[in-house]
Amino acid sequence: MAIQTGAAGKRWDPVTFEVDADRISQYASAIGEENPVHHDAEAAKAAGFRDQVAPPMFAVVYSGPALGPAILDPEVGMNVATMVHGGQEFVWGEPVCAGDEITTEVTCQSIDERDGKGFYVFQSVSRNQDGQETVRGTWTDIVRGV
Amino acid sequence: MMSYATGDSLPELRVTPDAGLTKRYADASGDPNPIHFDEEFAKSVGLPGCILHGLYSMAQVARAHTDAADGDPRSLKRLEVQFRGMGFPEQEIVVTSTVKDVADGRIVTETVAAQGESRIIRNASAELELG
Repeated sequence: MAIQTGAAGKRWDPVTFEVDADRISQYASAIGEENPVHHDAEAAKAAGFRDQVAPPMFAVVYSGPALGPAILDPEVGMNVATMVHGGQEFVWGEPVCAGDEITTEVTCQSIDERDGKGFYVFQSVSRNQDGQETVRGTWTDIVRGV
Repeated sequence: MMSYATGDSLPELRVTPDAGLTKRYADASGDPNPIHFDEEFAKSVGLPGCILHGLYSMAQVARAHTDAADGDPRSLKRLEVQFRGMGFPEQEIVVTSTVKDVADGRIVTETVAAQGESRIIRNASAELELG
């Protein structure tokens, strides 16, 4: 059965995430990041940040929720039971700090079939409350046995 | 600040995620998939046991880079990875990065994250700004 590719180009409604200090600390601790700028507002300000600052990969925390509606969209038609995360790219801009409100918009960049697998590529663009881009993500999901 | 030339290696990062890590990472990252922290569930879907989140392993690659730039989170400009072999808790991850290009205060690296002979992230490409 050929896979559906009609959702390529589709864009979903933006999702907003409020960044709080405890979530930054919790994430930083989970990945083993002990730099005080990720755990303490004063240390972060002394290093030139607006407030307690997130590690770069915190991007998955604030932009990830916007991917949910795309992955589960029937028009995309992914079989999530046989899906694996095949690849990921992030390009970072303005750092993300406690108190920021980050809005992420997701687009389906492409859907292709190769070697019996479906390759679903989504792009996310995240901006803070001042309109500055914080991260641009390219998410590649691979579905086996399509 | 260290300066790097093409062919140099970044300081190697070694980390051994403990048995409880995948649950802490799931809670912190917001990924609820039980294959990462529920041993019984993981085995029921044919996995040998709980597996690491690919994005946790990617975060170790990111950390190897920011560590090389005095821990400054602003230093990492871009990171691209491919997830391949499965990673497991309680096994050491070794992150090895090689400088492929140097220009305008930035370096481009190629990175492998491995557990023993198993490369869980390969062909990772990063751009890092140094001071």
